[in-house]
Amino acid sequence: MAATDGFSASGSDFRTRLQNWLPKIVLAPSFAIMVIFVYGFIAFTIYLSFTDSRMLPSYEWVGWQNYDRLFRIRQWDTSVVNLAIFASLYIVISTIIGLMLAIFLDQKIRGEGVLRPIFLYPMALSFIVTGTAWKWMLDPAIGLEATMRLWGWESFSFGWIKDGDMAIYTIVIAAVWQSSGFVMAMFLAGLRGIDNEILKAAQMDGASNWNLYRRIILPQLRPAFLSAFVILSHLAIKSYDLVVAMTDGGPGTSTWMPAVFMYEYTFTRNQMGIGASSAVIMLMTIAAIMVPYLYAELREKK
Amino acid sequence: MAVASTENAVRSSSVARAFVYLFLLLFALFYLLPFGIMLINSLKPLEEITGGGMVALPQNWTIEPWLSAWSTAQIGVQPTGLRPYFINSIMMAVPAVILSTVVGALNGYVLTKWRFRGDTLIFGLLLFSCFIPFQIVLIPMARVLGILQIAGTTPGLILVHFVYGIGFTTLYFRNYYAAFPTELVRAAQIDGAGFFQIFWRIMLPSSGPIIAVSFIWQFTNIWNDFLFGASFASGGSAPMTVALNNLVNSSTGVREYNVHFAGAIMAAAPTLLVYIVAGRYFVRGLMAGSVKG
Repeated sequence: MAATDGFSASGSDFRTRLQNWLPKIVLAPSFAIMVIFVYGFIAFTIYLSFTDSRMLPSYEWVGWQNYDRLFRIRQWDTSVVNLAIFASLYIVISTIIGLMLAIFLDQKIRGEGVLRPIFLYPMALSFIVTGTAWKWMLDPAIGLEATMRLWGWESFSFGWIKDGDMAIYTIVIAAVWQSSGFVMAMFLAGLRGIDNEILKAAQMDGASNWNLYRRIILPQLRPAFLSAFVILSHLAIKSYDLVVAMTDGGPGTSTWMPAVFMYEYTFTRNQMGIGASSAVIMLMTIAAIMVPYLYAELREKK
Repeated sequence: MAVASTENAVRSSSVARAFVYLFLLLFALFYLLPFGIMLINSLKPLEEITGGGMVALPQNWTIEPWLSAWSTAQIGVQPTGLRPYFINSIMMAVPAVILSTVVGALNGYVLTKWRFRGDTLIFGLLLFSCFIPFQIVLIPMARVLGILQIAGTTPGLILVHFVYGIGFTTLYFRNYYAAFPTELVRAAQIDGAGFFQIFWRIMLPSSGPIIAVSFIWQFTNIWNDFLFGASFASGGSAPMTVALNNLVNSSTGVREYNVHFAGAIMAAAPTLLVYIVAGRYFVRGLMAGSVKG
């Protein structure tokens, strides 16, 4: 589909040749930036993960020692378990809520134009803002618990955010609040793309609403399910801001996640080698999800 | 989103419809509640909040928390309020948004209308760079900013956001220009128009919507960033999100919840405003960033 091919120039004068090279010259700075700042930096971090870097990068090769140690650090264990809990609940709950809202909004609802932006606006907020709101709303001293008691439910207690075993679930609540509207928008776009003729035909054949959704509509939403899964899991692995704003990793280290671990070990505890190795593991996890997805997307379009 | 169904084929009873409305309204409440709580509590004296009445409307309305958050609240060690940090964020976001959009537009133009061998690979590499966990670049980036002597400054953050914004802006413009008729470009070429002439005269005039998407989405991402701000901008050059977090999570003194809420709304205001004014483009950017290709 090339409008012109840089190598088979018809004219040979300087101007024509320059025109033929221009596209590549224009793209070159971005290419260089990408090679250095993305792939070069990744290579450098991978290299550091095999050195005994502490406060500053060091070039003393130590082999797999950092990875060996990483997997024996208790906080890394906590971080990985937390990520598993957080990611699975966050993805599943956001998908269910997003799908329900989309299906319900698609029933020719009066006021859809008002409801849709309300469902979606949290996506425009910073996680720090979201975290601030939920941090104080769930704080037993002034938030939900205090309000319920003030209203006369004396025995009501909701102190998850201060409880090391439960605090991670409060982060799920805030994250779902922020992202479920976005999932709704993706499913709604999918629903609006489904051909109504097929649905009408199925109804003529006597299919119930339930069967209509189960057999015809949901299977057609598969691309939306896949996109939602990929985007949400990618957000989950990267989640850092929300944890910092809501619990700052606490109580203790009970809400650490890999992104928090990496930052703490690299910049606060001066264990750069360990920090680098945790970043590499995060990258590999995301790559395992994103690379096949992007590859399939790019191939489809060809 | 493109084709709205004119008539929904799924029929439902009136009881079911009532349930649907109830469900939707409950969720609307769920989404609005946190912001509503922040707003009413930012207009209350502190005693009313610590007295347990977070849901009640203020008895004595006051804008004192807003004034305090803006100009006198303690951020870190300085009682400067959030104002200087708000300005930092604007100084950081505006150049980074413009730069990354310009470069993204040119990249998208080259990758769709001047294709060459290996362009898909280059695009694939750029695309993947949108999704890397930024933890993987933090350490080398800190070194490079140090070497360039812009560590801990706003220009440093502009560079970082520009660099890691290119992937997304290229994605937007590439997808948009892919649907633009290549014949028009060809015809202009035969008429003797050059590379930049075609871009300027033919591509750009019809790029309004995608420029809006790119501006809005880049602005939202850059304004809301916390990781880069916390890593590369210390003290006085910190962006708004970092300053807000310092305000809320500083462990010294009395916790002024009302001031925290006022500050949080200030940090949310620019992106929220953009969302209200240009929500349509916001949703498009969201889709373009998720349904790729």
